[in-house]
Order: sequence, then structure tokens, then C-alpha cells
Amino acid sequence: MAAGAATGGSARADTYKDARGWLLLPSWAVLGIFVLGPVCMMLVYSFLTKEFRGGVIWEFSLAAYDQFFFDRGLFGDEPPKLEWTYITIFWRSIWQAGAATLLSLLIGFPTAYFIATRPENVRPLWVFLITIPYWVNLLIRTVSMKFLLRDQGPLNDFLIGTGLIDTPIHIVNTNFAVQLGLFYSYLPFMVLPVYAAVERYNFSLSEAAADLYASKWTTLRRIVLPAVKPGVVAGCILVFVPSMGSFLAPDLLGGAKNFMIGSLIEEQFKGNAGNWPFGAAASMVLLTMVLIILMFSARQQAKADKAGG
Amino acid sequence: MAHVNDNIKTYTGFRAITLLCLVVLYAPLVIVTIYSFNASASITNWEGVSLRWYADVFTGPESGKFKTAAFNSFTIAIMAATASTMIATLAATAMVRGGNFKLRTVSFGLISLPLMVPEIVTAVATLIFFNAIGFTRGYLTILVAHIAFCIPFAYLPISARMQGIEDSFEQAAMDLYATRRQAFTKILMPLMAPGIISGFLLAFIVSLDDFIITNFVKGAGVETLPTAIFGSVKQGIKPNIMAISTMLLSVSVVMVTISYFVSKSDTNK
Repeated sequence: MAAGAATGGSARADTYKDARGWLLLPSWAVLGIFVLGPVCMMLVYSFLTKEFRGGVIWEFSLAAYDQFFFDRGLFGDEPPKLEWTYITIFWRSIWQAGAATLLSLLIGFPTAYFIATRPENVRPLWVFLITIPYWVNLLIRTVSMKFLLRDQGPLNDFLIGTGLIDTPIHIVNTNFAVQLGLFYSYLPFMVLPVYAAVERYNFSLSEAAADLYASKWTTLRRIVLPAVKPGVVAGCILVFVPSMGSFLAPDLLGGAKNFMIGSLIEEQFKGNAGNWPFGAAASMVLLTMVLIILMFSARQQAKADKAGG
Repeated sequence: MAHVNDNIKTYTGFRAITLLCLVVLYAPLVIVTIYSFNASASITNWEGVSLRWYADVFTGPESGKFKTAAFNSFTIAIMAATASTMIATLAATAMVRGGNFKLRTVSFGLISLPLMVPEIVTAVATLIFFNAIGFTRGYLTILVAHIAFCIPFAYLPISARMQGIEDSFEQAAMDLYATRRQAFTKILMPLMAPGIISGFLLAFIVSLDDFIITNFVKGAGVETLPTAIFGSVKQGIKPNIMAISTMLLSVSVVMVTISYFVSKSDTNK
């Protein structure tokens, strides 16, 4: 998955070379028309004028981006000021996704490392156990999380029952609940690439470090971590990117105060706001951010491949 | 020696964190499953085991809504998984057995596009697209959108499997005067079966479970199970939702387990 991932692995043989065009045509057509085309169209929509109730007027306008970034309008009489409402929502999305990523790393790294150091024949089973929850409907997982964390929910019952706390901890509708929800949604994405990296790691390096009197934690920090860094970076991206644009966790676990950019976008298309160009512009801001992260990681990956020979 | 080796590899506490990780991953699912058997009408109090809420899903006041939603979900998932698996198989053949060509990287980029673009962005873009071409939103728009975003999920196991098969089998067949088409259908496809089955099952689950994209491209009145569940949950978590969630959860777990054992049985050969 990791090495040749950027190009889809290597080609094996060219038996069907002549039919290549026809074989690729269906996927190019479907993805081109129904994914790439729509994304380009969304870019166009973000530069159009909004119609009163949903929809657009085909007239070029920067109003959507203006509304996202500036107060009082970029083209008004007074000097433009940054509009903080939406930038704050965007910033909150980054912060929440970042916190969830950190939490996943703290739990996911030791888990991946532990699994990768099990005997070879039981590793697939461990990986399988970690991936099962990912395949359970994200909506159901988020609802389950909400059910668990409620004030009168099983978690609080358990904590009160064991005498750890006296009054229920209020978790739902806080930033922390959203972070937990995101962490829970994408944790397997952290474990898998780190696991793949640790599995390839050559443990004789650790032995060499031990022979030179490095303590175990020093070995982990200075030898293992740098060696598996590409896997860690991949894991962080796989958790961070979907968390950024997430809609379900902030909507169900965060409540109205803990809006993220996904909810902002949803509101423009499905909710009462009904400003399509603005929704498209917010989507473009999110997409741009994601593309920058992916390009950055592709460059890091290329560098690591080069260094690794 | 093995002992020394182990000592260098293992870190105190990592086993405990791994177990914690499993508990975190499974606890919410297990708890919802347990509470779906609660006899009580309230979600807070436990009043003993009962199948009452499962019966409610099939015969209760909301059963009509759930039945239609389930029908939509399953028919869309079957069709979307079939179509995307066929498209992905053809694409994988070109990518793995088509030699090196200039547009290979572009092709792979296009195939993995639905994985890279945040789901909500794909959803919004698809909504805008259908609206712009004046296509009435409903069952068909959901199906088309699902076919498109299921392609990478079907493609990954299929191409991984194909990379593991030497092309000597097809070459041998063609040396014995099989046509290219025969080599493809009689030799490559049967060898590919486990990959294709995994691809199909994963695409099926992804389609069955999708909420975000469906929520945007569905028309008024057309619901799938996740959108129906979401609509109900907005008014508070009810016991019948936990029963229906548990059933949907079981379908996914069974499918993934089959997919796992299909690919595993094959590597043991």
C-alpha cells in the first residue's frame, strides 16, 4: 500500500496493452463525469451570485469568498477587515481535527507497534480486529458514542457505580465530545499505516542501539520513530483529513455551539441558509486545505523514498 | 536469543494500550447492541431482556418507513457494488496488465479521487452537478453517486490481488492458441475471484453505510436506512433505532468477516 501507492503499484506485464483504452474508459467516464466534473462545477459555482432561495444566478461574483473572509465587504468604502465568524469555524475544524489526530496517535502508535511485534501468524487477526469497527456505519458509531457518553449514559453510570465520581460528567455537546467522536471514527486509519511501517522496520537496528547502551525509550525515540516516520505521517493525514470535513461528529456530539466547517457547508445546501455560492466557496476552502496537505505529504513521501534508496 | 530479542522489541504498557484501544473501538457498539434488547421504553433504564424493539422495527408505527428505506438501501448497494466492481476490474486489468503508459498516474489519481476529496465536498459537488443539468433528485441520483464513489473501494483489493498473480498463466494459455479474451475470461478472472469478491463486499458495505453523499443527492421522500436513522436520531435516540442499528451493524460485520476469510483462505493455498 505504501511504496507504490502514489502511482497505484507497478504494472505487471502488458498482456492487455492493446485493450487498455477500452478497459479504462468506464472508470474514466464515471469518475470524470460524476466526481471530477462536479468538483470543477463547484469551483465555478463559488464565483457566481446567489439567488434568493437556493440556486444561483449566472453572474460572476466574488461575494462568497468576500463573505467568508471579510467583514463589511472587500469592495466597500471602508478598509476591509477580516471576518472572524467563518475563519473561527475553519480554525475550530483544524483544531478539533488536530486534537483528534493527536489522541489517535497516542493510542494508535503503541497499538500498531504492539501488533507488529506479535508472531507473524497472528498479526493478520489483530489487524482484522482493529478494522472491523471501521466498517460499521459511521452514523451508527457516532450515535453509539453519543448514547455511551450521555449524562445518564452507561459511562457515567459506570463511573458513579464504581465510586470514581459523584455527579455525572457532562461530555455531550462539548468540544471534547467532538474530539472523542472524531478519534473514534478514524482511529483504525492511524493504526494501519503505522503497523505497516513498524512491520518493515529492521529490529537489528534496535539491537545495535541496545549494544551501544541506549535505553529502550531512547531507542524508541531516536531509532524506531525516525525509521517509521513515513507511516506515522500517513496515519496522521488519514485521520486529520476526514476529521476536518467531518459532519456527523460535530452535528451529533457537538451541538450548535461546536460548529465545524462540514456543518457550515451542510447548512448552505440543506438548511435554511440556502446560499449555494457561499457553500461552494466554503467547500473550496476545505478542499484547498486538504490538497495542500496531500501535496506536502506526497513530497515528504518522495523524499523518504529517495533517502531509503 | 529469542528472549533477548523480545526484550528489545517490547515496551511496558504497549500491551495495555492495545487492549484499551480494542475496548474503545468495541465498547460503544457492544453497549448499543446490549441496550437494543432492553425491555424498557426508555433508553436510560434497564428492565430486562426482550425482543420488543426488534418487533417494533418490523411491525411498529415506523415500520413502513424502515421497510422502504431498507429496500432502497439494499437494492442500491447491490447495483452500485456490481457496477463499481465491474468498472474497477476492467480498470485494474489496464493498470496492472497494460504495461507502463503515460496516463497511468493520472488514471490512478482519478480512481482514488473519491478517497482524497473530503466526502462532504464530493456530496456538495454532486448535488450542484445534478441540479445544474436539471436532473430530478431521487433513487437514480443516489445510485449513480454510489457507483462513482464505490469504485476505489472495489479497485484496491482487486488490483492488489492481480499484482500477486504472475502473467505466465495467461501467456501459457495464449501460447496454446487461446485468444486474449479467452485468456482474460478463462484464466485471469477465475484466479481473480477472491479479489473480486472482497472488492464487491467492501463496495457493498460502503454503499449500504453511506450517509453524507446520500443525504445530499437524495430527493424529497426517498430515504435509505442511514438517512432514515439520522432523521429519527435528530429527535432523540429511541430504542427502535438501537435495534435497527444493531441489525445494520451485524450485516457489516458479517460481510467484512466473509471478505477477510475469502482472502485468507486463498493465501493459505
